[in-house]
Amino acid sequence: MSSAPLLSVSDLRVGFATEDGIVQAVDGVSFDLRPGEVLAIVGESGSGKSVTAQTIIGLTRANNARIEGAVTLDGKDLTSASDAEMRKLRGDRVAMIFQDPMTSFNPVYRIGDQIVEAIRTHRPDTSKGAGKARVVELFEAVGIPNAAGRVDDYPHEFSGGMRQRAMIAMALALEPEVLIADEPTTALDVTIQAQILDLLEELNREHNLATILITHDLGVVAEVADRVLVMYAGKVVEEGTLDEIFYDPQHPYTWGLLGSLTRIDRPRPHRLPQIAGSPPSLLDLPEGCPFRPRCPHEFSKCSEYPGLEARSEAPDHRDRCWLNPEQKREKRQVEGQIGLEAPSGANKA
Amino acid sequence: MNGTEVKAGAPLLEVTDLVKHFPIKRGILIDREVDQVRAVDGISFKVEKGETLGLVGESGSGKSTACRAVLQLIKPTSGSVKFEGQEISGLRRRRMQPLRRQMQMIFQDPYASLNPRKRVGQIVGDPLKRQGVASGSELRRQVQELLVRVGLSSEHYNRFPHEFSGGQRQRIGIARALSLKPKLVICDEPVSALDVSIQAQIVNLLDDLQDEFGLAYLFVAHDIGVVRHISDRIAVMNEGKIVEQGTADEVCERPQDDYTKKLLAAVPIPDPRESRERVRNG
Amino acid sequence: MVRFVVRRLLAMIGVLFAVSVIVFVVFMVLPKQNPAQTLAGKNATPVLVKSIEEEWGFNDSLVVQYGTMMKKIFTGELTSYKPRIPVDEQIKEGIPATFSLTIGAAIIWLFFGLLLGYLSAIRAGGWLDRILTGVSIAGISIPVFLLAPVLLYFLTYKYEIFPNAQYVDFTEDPWEWARHLILPWFTLALLSIGFYSRVLRSNMLDVMNEDYVRTARAKGLSERQVMTRHVLRNSLIPVITLFGLDFGATIAGTAIITEVLYSLDGVGLYAAEAVRKFELPPIMGVAIYGAFFVVFVNALVDIAYAYLDPRVRLGESSSE
Repeated sequence: MSSAPLLSVSDLRVGFATEDGIVQAVDGVSFDLRPGEVLAIVGESGSGKSVTAQTIIGLTRANNARIEGAVTLDGKDLTSASDAEMRKLRGDRVAMIFQDPMTSFNPVYRIGDQIVEAIRTHRPDTSKGAGKARVVELFEAVGIPNAAGRVDDYPHEFSGGMRQRAMIAMALALEPEVLIADEPTTALDVTIQAQILDLLEELNREHNLATILITHDLGVVAEVADRVLVMYAGKVVEEGTLDEIFYDPQHPYTWGLLGSLTRIDRPRPHRLPQIAGSPPSLLDLPEGCPFRPRCPHEFSKCSEYPGLEARSEAPDHRDRCWLNPEQKREKRQVEGQIGLEAPSGANKA
Repeated sequence: MNGTEVKAGAPLLEVTDLVKHFPIKRGILIDREVDQVRAVDGISFKVEKGETLGLVGESGSGKSTACRAVLQLIKPTSGSVKFEGQEISGLRRRRMQPLRRQMQMIFQDPYASLNPRKRVGQIVGDPLKRQGVASGSELRRQVQELLVRVGLSSEHYNRFPHEFSGGQRQRIGIARALSLKPKLVICDEPVSALDVSIQAQIVNLLDDLQDEFGLAYLFVAHDIGVVRHISDRIAVMNEGKIVEQGTADEVCERPQDDYTKKLLAAVPIPDPRESRERVRNG
Repeated sequence: MVRFVVRRLLAMIGVLFAVSVIVFVVFMVLPKQNPAQTLAGKNATPVLVKSIEEEWGFNDSLVVQYGTMMKKIFTGELTSYKPRIPVDEQIKEGIPATFSLTIGAAIIWLFFGLLLGYLSAIRAGGWLDRILTGVSIAGISIPVFLLAPVLLYFLTYKYEIFPNAQYVDFTEDPWEWARHLILPWFTLALLSIGFYSRVLRSNMLDVMNEDYVRTARAKGLSERQVMTRHVLRNSLIPVITLFGLDFGATIAGTAIITEVLYSLDGVGLYAAEAVRKFELPPIMGVAIYGAFFVVFVNALVDIAYAYLDPRVRLGESSSE
C-alpha cells in the first residue's frame, strides 16, 4: 500500500438550516483514505456518518446546506468543485452503494438498463450492446448466477442479496478508485450479509479498491476493516487501526458500543452492559463533550470540549476524552465486559 | 376460565403441527388455487411459564406468520395451539376475548405500531379500559405506574408518539403489552429497528420485567446473538419448519442441523483476531 | 401480459352487461308509472301508449322485456317518440362536437396541468410554486357554470373576440372550428389543469425522496436526466390512471354542462334536451353510450398501467 492518501477529508463541517435551527450534522471530521484501504465509519443515528459520506460525493449540496472544510481526491479539491465536475466523478471515480437494495433500484426499468445507464453517462460512446456485455461481465464478477439471463430482469425479480450484488456491480462498472458503502448489509439476512462482506473483501483485495464502509455493526467492522472511525453527534470521538479500537479502546462511547454487543463465542453475561440515555438531538447539544450526559465516567474537565488527540502511545490512535490512558484502562476493566480484554489478559494491543 | 381446569404441569403454550398456507391463485376468468405458499409448514414447540423461547430465522422463514397464527390473529390452516391446556385454535372471537388478556404482542417497528393520533396515556390505557379493568383516575394511576416501570416518566402520559425516540416508543409498546398483566408476551423483532446502544437497554428491560412479573416470552428475531442472550431455549426456523430445538447453549454451542451451523457461522464476531482465525480455519 | 389483457376485456363485457341490466331496471322496472306511459312522454294518446306496450312487450316477462330492449338498442330501433328520430342517429350526429370538445380540452388540460405540476415540483416551496398553487386552486374552485357565462359575457358580448356559440364542423372550416371551440376548451380544461398539476406535484415530491432517485444522482446523472428519466417517469403512472377515469367520464357526460352553456350540438346537449323533455329512449341510449366509453377507456387504462409498471404486469414475486 502506498502511503500517500487517495482521499483526504479535512475539518469537514456540514450544517443544515431547518425550521428549528441549524443542525450541525458533521462537525469537524478529518480522515485520510489510502489506496486499497478499508476504512470503517461507525456510529448510530445522528452521528453524521451518512452525511459525511454523501458530502464527499456532493449529494448534500442544497440551498439550506452549509459545507465547510476540504475534501481532496488525488489532490483535487471537491468541496469547491462545480456541480458538473462532481457529477463527472460520481459513479466514475467514486461510487456509492446504499442500504436498502429493495428501493435503490427504479422499479420500472430493467436492472441491466439501469447499469448501462450508469456506464453511458460517463462513457457516452459505449454502444448499448457493449454496455450489456459489460453488465454480464460485472454480474459474473459479483457472483450472480445465470448472468446473461438476468440482465433483462426487473428489480422485483431479484432477491435482496442478489439486488445488493447488482448494486455493487453497478458501482464497479466504471472501475472507481473509491467505493463508499453506506450500511450495505444492514437490510440483509445474516447469511446473505456474510456473502456480501466476503464479496467486498475480495473486491478490495483483488482490485485494490479503497473502501469506506459505513455501519453501526461492529461485527461487520471486525471482519473487513483496516482502520476505524467512531462518530458521535457529528464528531469523531475515536480513530485508530482495527486492533487498536477493539483491543485498546480509549473512548467511553466506544466501550459502550463494544460492551453492548452479544457474542456467541463467549458465555452469556447476566446482563448486557448498556449505555444510558439516547443519542442526542443535534439541536440541543450539551456544552463540552457531547457524550457527557450519558457517560458514567464524566468529571469536571468534561465541560470543556476535548480535542481529538493521540493520548496513548500509538501516534495515529486518537480520541476525544480527557481521561488519561491509565484511567481509561482501569475504568473500562472495572465495568467488566466493556472493552475487549486481549486473550492473554494484558492491557496492550 | 369457563368450565375448563388448568391442568397442573401443562406448559403455558403448546403448539403442535401448526400449519399456515397461503393459496396462490391463477386463472383467466376464475381464480383457481394452483399452489400454496407454505409459510408455516408444521411446527411444534412449548413455552413454559416464566421462560423464554427464542425463535430464530431469517426473512421468509415463517417466524412472523407463526406468531400471528399462534395468537389467532390469522387463522391457522391446521394444527393445535393450546394455552394453559385449553385449545384456542378455531375458537370463536367472543371466547378468544378473555384469553387475549393473557397473551400480548410487541412489534418490530416502533414508528408504525403506535397510533400517531392517540396520546401515550390512551395507547397504554385503552386495553385496560376495553377489558373493563379500570377507569377514570384509577386507570390513569395504573398507566402512569406502568410508564415508570418501563423507564419512562409519568409526565409522558399526555404526549404523542412522535415526540419520542425509537427506543422510547418501544418502551411504550411494552407498557401497552404489559398493561393487562399477561402471562405470555410474543416479541416480534422488538429490537431490530433500534440503534445498537438502545437495543441493550430494551433487552435488559425485557429481562427485568420478566423477573418481576413472571412473564413468559416467545422472542422472535433474526439476530441469533440477541436471541441467545435472552432465551432459555431456542428453536431455529427455516422455510416454515423448525429445524432444531434445544436449550440456548445446546443450540449455539453444539448445533446439529446444517442450517443452524450455517447461521451460526455467518454471524460476524466483533473480535478481529477471532474473525481472522475463523477465516483461516475455513 | 396477454392473459392480463384477455381478463380485462372479458371483465369489460361483464361490466357492460351489468350496466345494461341496471339501465333496464332503473328505467323500466322501478318506476311506478307504466313504462309505456313514460316512453310515450307527456300528452300521449292512449292509442300511442297501447302501441308502445305492444312494441316493447311490456306484457311479457321481465327477461323478455330486457331482451327486447337490448334488441332495440343494438339494431338501432330505439327511437324517441316526439319527434320520431332514431336515437342512435342522433347520438352519431352529436359525436363530432363532443369528441372535438373533449379531446381538445383533454390535450390542453394534460399539457398545462403537467407543465404546471412539473414546474411547481422542481421549485417546491419557492415563489413560482406558490403562484402556481394559487392558480391551480382557483381552477379547481371555479365552477363551470360560473366561468362560462363570465367568459361569454366578456369575450363574446362586450368585446367580440370570440364567436358566441354553435359548433362548426372541422370539415367545413378548420379555423372557425377552432375559434368556436377555444372558450369551451378552456372552460372544460381549467378545472382539470388545476387538479392535475396538484396531483403531479404531489407525486413528484414523493418520488423525489425515493432511494432510487438518490442512486440515480450517485451514478452521476445530470439533474435533468434524474428528473425526466426517473422522477417524471414514475410520477406519471398514477396520473395516467387518473386521466383514463377523467377522460372516460368526460366523454360520457361531464361535458354536458359545457355543451349546453356554449350551445354545442354534441351528445351532451342531446342528453340535456332529453332530460328537459323527459324522453326516455334518448336517455337510455345516452346512458349506454356513456357506460361504454367509461368502461372501455378504463380497460385501456388498466392495460396501459400494466405496461408501464412491470410489477403489476409480472406480479410481485416473493424474494428472499
